[in-house]
Amino acid sequence: MATPLVVENPVIRRQTQTGDIVARWVVTLFAATILLVTVLVVYQLWATSAPSRHKSGFGFLFSSQWNPVTEEFGALPFIYGTVVTSILALLISVPLGLGAAVFLAELAPARLSSALTFLVELLAAIPSVIYGLLALFTVVPLMRLYGEPFLKSALGFLPLFKGPAYGVGFLTAGIVLSFMTLPFIVSVSRESLLAVPREQREAALALGATRWETTWKVVIPYAKLGIFGSIFLSLARALGETMAVTMVIGNDPKISASLLASGYSIAAVIANEFTEATGTIYPAALVELGLVLFFLTIIINGAARLMIMATTRKGSKRA
Amino acid sequence: MSKRLLWRKAVNAVMLTLTGVFTFITVATLFLILGCLVYYGGRSLDWNFFTKLPLSAGEEGGGLANAIVGSLEIVGLAGLIGLPVGFLAGVYLAEFEDKVFASLVRYVADLLNGIPSIVVGLLAWSLVVVPMKQFSAVAGSIALSVMLIPVVARQTEQFLRDVPNSLREGALALGASKWKMIATVAVPAGSKGILTGMILGMARIAGESAPLLFTAFNNQFWNGGITQPTASLPVMIYFRALSGYEDWHRQAWAAGLVLISMVLTANILARLVLAKGVSVPRG
Repeated sequence: MATPLVVENPVIRRQTQTGDIVARWVVTLFAATILLVTVLVVYQLWATSAPSRHKSGFGFLFSSQWNPVTEEFGALPFIYGTVVTSILALLISVPLGLGAAVFLAELAPARLSSALTFLVELLAAIPSVIYGLLALFTVVPLMRLYGEPFLKSALGFLPLFKGPAYGVGFLTAGIVLSFMTLPFIVSVSRESLLAVPREQREAALALGATRWETTWKVVIPYAKLGIFGSIFLSLARALGETMAVTMVIGNDPKISASLLASGYSIAAVIANEFTEATGTIYPAALVELGLVLFFLTIIINGAARLMIMATTRKGSKRA
Repeated sequence: MSKRLLWRKAVNAVMLTLTGVFTFITVATLFLILGCLVYYGGRSLDWNFFTKLPLSAGEEGGGLANAIVGSLEIVGLAGLIGLPVGFLAGVYLAEFEDKVFASLVRYVADLLNGIPSIVVGLLAWSLVVVPMKQFSAVAGSIALSVMLIPVVARQTEQFLRDVPNSLREGALALGASKWKMIATVAVPAGSKGILTGMILGMARIAGESAPLLFTAFNNQFWNGGITQPTASLPVMIYFRALSGYEDWHRQAWAAGLVLISMVLTANILARLVLAKGVSVPRG
């Protein structure tokens, strides 16, 4: 007598289905906490900064006064410091990182490449406060004694390199940030370069292009979206970087054209002043700075993720 | 050879060499950092560092035993909150995908991962410190768990996706229900990778100081439980490094060496031993 392969047993069926339904609900709930937490970040920042937002309105973004005693708060010097140090960082880390990514993806033999990539990933794991510690005790004295005097003697006619050499300031912060963002640019760009199909390279080489011409004119343009993604990702990291910048930027809310001057960044002022902020307006103003930083990084990150997704989606579902 | 070809070959050689030099600079940074820490930190590290409490400013000696224990406490508690939440969210993303909601969660998880850590600190401050009216280890742990959840979720998802579908189909064909298949086949098959992701996530939050500055704050003594202000190694490094005392700088270096040893050991173990051959995605 032939028995059907799948026994339709209503009891078993109900039990397994209930189990699946419960499981689905549980994991969906936990996945939803990610959305909840993110919404909570926006809500809490918005609500906590209310006293300051009501007092200064949009003027907050454009005022350069920062005086806790008279309760005048403006975000401009901090936005300026954050943006200037981050751009400086990228000016150094993008060519350096892209070069290293090309070496790792295109030139190095597989074993050497994977060993070096491993080291680069370890570099990314170093905590930011360690970068700050090293920067404070080694980079700052070096900049004060050698780096900045040299820049002043060579390029002192530019307004960018005027003023006394303290060692701390925009330039030092930018240099430290560049080394902190470097590993991200290297590893994300490397992955985008590796995703370029072999045929592209072979075609260019077969047409007589040199190795470099192949890389520069064929491989990099093909991977450019992913590379831009890596740059944006690093930019977002640099903007929000706190500890190392706080330790070397000089902590002075001023807008100066000179890169040698002391400045301040959004993350640094929150780290430095938040525990000492008294009254209602002062802490709220610091939280509002946090809100500004949040929106800055979320916009840049959002764009970066879309770019990286677009390049890696071609091959796989994983971003 | 024509002049043009010579020029092209020269450019080729110069640029390719440069990429090698840039790689060298990048990798050399790691060794410079480690070298500095071993040199300055090693000179300052002694037995007292691990066993004694901090002394008041200006006094020679003392240790950071409370900061080491405090760090373990804060990070451990953050793991208790963040690891299960992140893991289950990752299971959802990999196994129960319904298109729109899953991509939304995935995208938002990546955004949450990119929020500056100092902003996460502000969140925990407003959620925990304000209602409790004091700094506490719990507040620090909550801040760190917010950073941990998206990392663990995305890594769990990725390693579950690496499990071949034939294994799943096999279990389902034998009559297992979906959740049973996930619990007994998919998760065990991806467990090595998932564990790696968890260790890397824990190592990352162990080095964070910005979210702890105004949540767990700092403490010169043993804390009186997890609802009290608690010292941690990263925060200690920050305050000691910026202080004006030679002996405290010495301690900052020693703490830096201890912290980096813990973080790098976890990274190397996770990447080399556990996840041999598995590529770990960048956060």
